[in-house]
Amino acid sequence: MSKMRWRSIASVLLLGGLLAGGLLLAGCSPIEPWVKPYEREHLADPIMSFDRNPISSGYLDHVFEVREGARGATGSVGGGCGCN
Amino acid sequence: MRLHLQSRWLAAAVFGLGAVGRADVLPDDRTDLLYHLYEGGGLTVQGPSVLVRKKFGDSLSLSYQYYEDLISSASIDVVSQASAYKEKRTQNNLGLDYLHGSTLYSIGFINSNEPDYKSNTGFFSVSQSMFGDLTTISFGYTRGWDKVGEVDHGIVVRSFSKDADHRNWAVGLSQVLTRNLLLGLNFEADESNGYLQNPYRGVRFVDPTVARGYSFGPAVSPNTRTGDAASAQLKYYLPWHAAVDGNYRLYSDTWGILANTLKVGYTQSLFTSWTLEGTARYYWQGHANFYSDLFPYQNSQNFMSRDRELAQFHSLTLGLGASWEFHPPWPHWVDKGTLNFNFDHLRIDYQDFHDNLIPSAIPGDEPLYTLDANVMQFFISFWY
Repeated sequence: MSKMRWRSIASVLLLGGLLAGGLLLAGCSPIEPWVKPYEREHLADPIMSFDRNPISSGYLDHVFEVREGARGATGSVGGGCGCN
Repeated sequence: MRLHLQSRWLAAAVFGLGAVGRADVLPDDRTDLLYHLYEGGGLTVQGPSVLVRKKFGDSLSLSYQYYEDLISSASIDVVSQASAYKEKRTQNNLGLDYLHGSTLYSIGFINSNEPDYKSNTGFFSVSQSMFGDLTTISFGYTRGWDKVGEVDHGIVVRSFSKDADHRNWAVGLSQVLTRNLLLGLNFEADESNGYLQNPYRGVRFVDPTVARGYSFGPAVSPNTRTGDAASAQLKYYLPWHAAVDGNYRLYSDTWGILANTLKVGYTQSLFTSWTLEGTARYYWQGHANFYSDLFPYQNSQNFMSRDRELAQFHSLTLGLGASWEFHPPWPHWVDKGTLNFNFDHLRIDYQDFHDNLIPSAIPGDEPLYTLDANVMQFFISFWY
């Protein structure tokens, strides 16, 4: 693999490491949620989902990807509102 | 394959990963039945898709998706160098999600099959909720193995069979910023090796020995390609039961393509059972280093392509969607359903891809090509 490739993978791993570090940090010093569970009514509304209908967004992503040079990072991963 | 080459494996992965959401709960049990239709540029693609997702116990969720493309093509690429064709592509996705505490583990496998292209893709991802469930982080790895062939009048040319391998690494962050505002960040790095070009697309070069002044020859693309994509999205809740969202993505790769994507959307709830949606998406990309609409002579470069997906262009997509929610009295295990219709109009203005079907006294002086396409989706969804 090229140096550039390793740099990209290293970037992903670094970001992943930082996120994992954040996780460990969270275990050591609990952070008080600044949006309380009872304040998440709006976030729990289905219209606030980043990906309300995966079957539809997946299809449309496919339509774009076969016609464009760019790909990836379409934002379908994640979307948590933290409201049980 | 003629339509899907090179991006299929990742598109397939997106189909599977699209189901990954919050890390503190399993995805909803639901079934979607979808019919899709794409029409534009002499190409019609339509077909059904079914997605079924079901929980087993408190920690396990399985999903299965079937997707079909029925393709009828007389596009400018096909008409220029071959004859119109019809073919069918089928795709099967199988996924498993396992929830342990605030961590969601997902694995899946995708198979795509058509006469001249076989693709297998596996993926794995982990999502973790933290900080009082205000933050969700995720990491994913996708691996794809493709087998590329060529079809001549429905008969596979056995002498032509090449491989293409793909790897993708992804990290994501979803963050609650305020009681009305969500943030999403995604970064992906991907790498492809092997046969990465479309065998049906040739290059055009100046040829004074023929009357029209140009001929077509074989294209040659590099056998490695690596790219990075980063995106940020925001979604904000409006007090009149509506939401507005924005998304920006930057992409670059070793073929020299630099692309920007900007998307905005508005969602409005009406009368408790209706949801209306409007979207606008703008996309711009620069051409690949080895792309040209017209090369000066045959074999003038080591790498040559006239694949219009690698050209410089900008595009605008405007979309409208409507969804109606209902609660069927029967069967009793169905909680609710929705009927949905989405319509998108896509326009691509190519800046260095000319319409060679329009005769011109000087090769390369033809008008620039423009693509107008309509994309329709009708689907019904059930939650149980």
